[in-house]
Amino acid sequence: MNIVVLAKLVPDLVEELEINDSGTGLDMTWLRLIINELDDHAIEQAILLKEKSPAHVTIMAPDIEGVDDILFTAAAKGADRMIKILGDFEEGMTNHALSRVYANILPDLNPDLILTGVQAHEDLDGSVGPLLAAFLKMPYIGYVAGVSIENGNILATKEYPGGLNAEMSATLPVVLGIQAAETPPRYVAVSKVRQAMKSSEIEEIEASELDASGSTLVERMYTPKVGEGATILEGDLEEVADNLIEIFKEMGVL
Amino acid sequence: MTATATQAPELSFSDTFYTSLFDVADGERIRTCLQCGNCSGVCPFGYLMGFPPGRMIAHLRAGRFENVLESDSVWMCVSCYACTTACPKEIPLTPGLLTRTKEEMLLAGNVPTELQDALMNSQRYGNPMGESPRKRSLWTKGLDFEVPIFKEANRHVNVLWFVSDYPSYHPRVQLTTQAMAKILHILGVDFAILGPEENSDGDSQRLAGERGLFEMLAEKNGKAFSKYDFDTIITSDPHAYNAFKNEYPTLGISYPVQHFTEYVAERIDELIPHLEENGVRRVTYHDPCYLGRANGVYDAPRTLLKAIPGVELVEMPHSRSTSLCCGGGGGGMWLDGFQWEKAHVRLSEWRIQEAVNVNADILAVACPYEPPRFEDAAKMVQGAGRLVVKDIAELLADSIGDMD
Repeated sequence: MNIVVLAKLVPDLVEELEINDSGTGLDMTWLRLIINELDDHAIEQAILLKEKSPAHVTIMAPDIEGVDDILFTAAAKGADRMIKILGDFEEGMTNHALSRVYANILPDLNPDLILTGVQAHEDLDGSVGPLLAAFLKMPYIGYVAGVSIENGNILATKEYPGGLNAEMSATLPVVLGIQAAETPPRYVAVSKVRQAMKSSEIEEIEASELDASGSTLVERMYTPKVGEGATILEGDLEEVADNLIEIFKEMGVL
Repeated sequence: MTATATQAPELSFSDTFYTSLFDVADGERIRTCLQCGNCSGVCPFGYLMGFPPGRMIAHLRAGRFENVLESDSVWMCVSCYACTTACPKEIPLTPGLLTRTKEEMLLAGNVPTELQDALMNSQRYGNPMGESPRKRSLWTKGLDFEVPIFKEANRHVNVLWFVSDYPSYHPRVQLTTQAMAKILHILGVDFAILGPEENSDGDSQRLAGERGLFEMLAEKNGKAFSKYDFDTIITSDPHAYNAFKNEYPTLGISYPVQHFTEYVAERIDELIPHLEENGVRRVTYHDPCYLGRANGVYDAPRTLLKAIPGVELVEMPHSRSTSLCCGGGGGGMWLDGFQWEKAHVRLSEWRIQEAVNVNADILAVACPYEPPRFEDAAKMVQGAGRLVVKDIAELLADSIGDMD
């Protein structure tokens, strides 16, 4: 079983986001990047599958600052091969372009199963999974929370809104968009990650020329304006609470 | 050809683990364990641990340490040093056996999820709560004087104030931090803070078994320390104090360090003229594990409290070396849910009960874990409704008249 997981780094919302000077995207200068949470689940799911039955797990990610950390962390968890894709990704790229880059590399890796997070909070032009499946002409199942493999078929539990689950099967090879791994991503001790840095290697592959056709173009990015009709209570906690009580009294609620 | 060399007998996991305990200072004393059970008896959670310290040693000696690692018993340990202090053979149980066991659990991936979050946050952001490193000095806003930051001051400064995680970010503990700033300001201390360059000291992460993370954080702090010119470090956090005093030097990061209470106690004569009576109060003092038991600082905090006009200092039955742990040490700060599920009591409630029993108006503390933990506990303990929890820095600052 040859499993490939696709991971990417996204802006970390722990920092305030700022808009760049041209007003069309985020200012990357101060941005802190973090692994897309659902890609982390995809890595975990791959490792869980490997722990159940023999598998070879490859993690592939575009070369953005911090990518070595996520690849070595995956190695410490049990991934066998780490690949970073070289290219001009620092200013961000569309999922159409990224999926085409993946689609050009993946056939050489002969994957039986391709896992990626079902979505990322910075997706603007669809998510990677279905785009990639279309480019590779493979089946796709998204919102997957639970995977097993039986006789060359994949059995995936797909989550629907309203508390419904469906069990779906597909013939390998297949692309899955992971909503949640069967257990939360594990913590791996820093000493193990440092060990992985010494004992494992990250391969580099040049990206094919970027082709963003089909993507959306951001014309303007801006923060929401405070709407009319809303009153923002200013001051410290005590003042705000006093104000609120006054307002409730005026409205006759208290 | 015949092989003549005799093969060394293969060591079991229990054997290698046992030997690894000798690396800790005085670690070989574990050989002298009498199985008296004092450690398990004095342990605040010993009564519900499947493997309290004494039984851990018994299983280790029997070559069955796997049993200990298969249970999650050690995650009840709050690294409070009660067992270590009670041991008649002076075996370093907390820094040795218990911490090493947590390290093995962590390497094996047997870690409660809530603890993982704190460790991951510490890795990513340099603080266990997952706050933005850029916001580390935001607590200084709202003070009516400037708190200098090393990077901006760029000169020799007498005192590096290591603010630490909870004092920087926790809204309740920030009040104690501001009080401490006020005291340093009124004493005219030449100090600066690292601001965003400061990382968690890592001591509680170390005691929760994450040695590698501790070393990584220590390297970052060591690098920041080496960039600037200062004479001494002070901190209000006994865990940071313990790290700088006892652990960082083993990594080659060595600076003189004082707990805030020690530093101010040395200057109490300068502070006394500023202190005014703020009403007569009955105050009792909680010795934090890492100031008291682990480092023997018992008198400085009491000196400060006695200097406050109107304060009557009363002792609780468990004080000084027998002080009760607030439950926050050794990763306990990040295991509240796990420990509640097992115990259905909070260690902090026992402490509050004692403060109520001695009729205290105020429970004075000297560790940043404590104000939120004890205030939460006070809400649950009958008769604790009027008990006020205050850091010593807050009590001092509240007694300082108008600053001009």
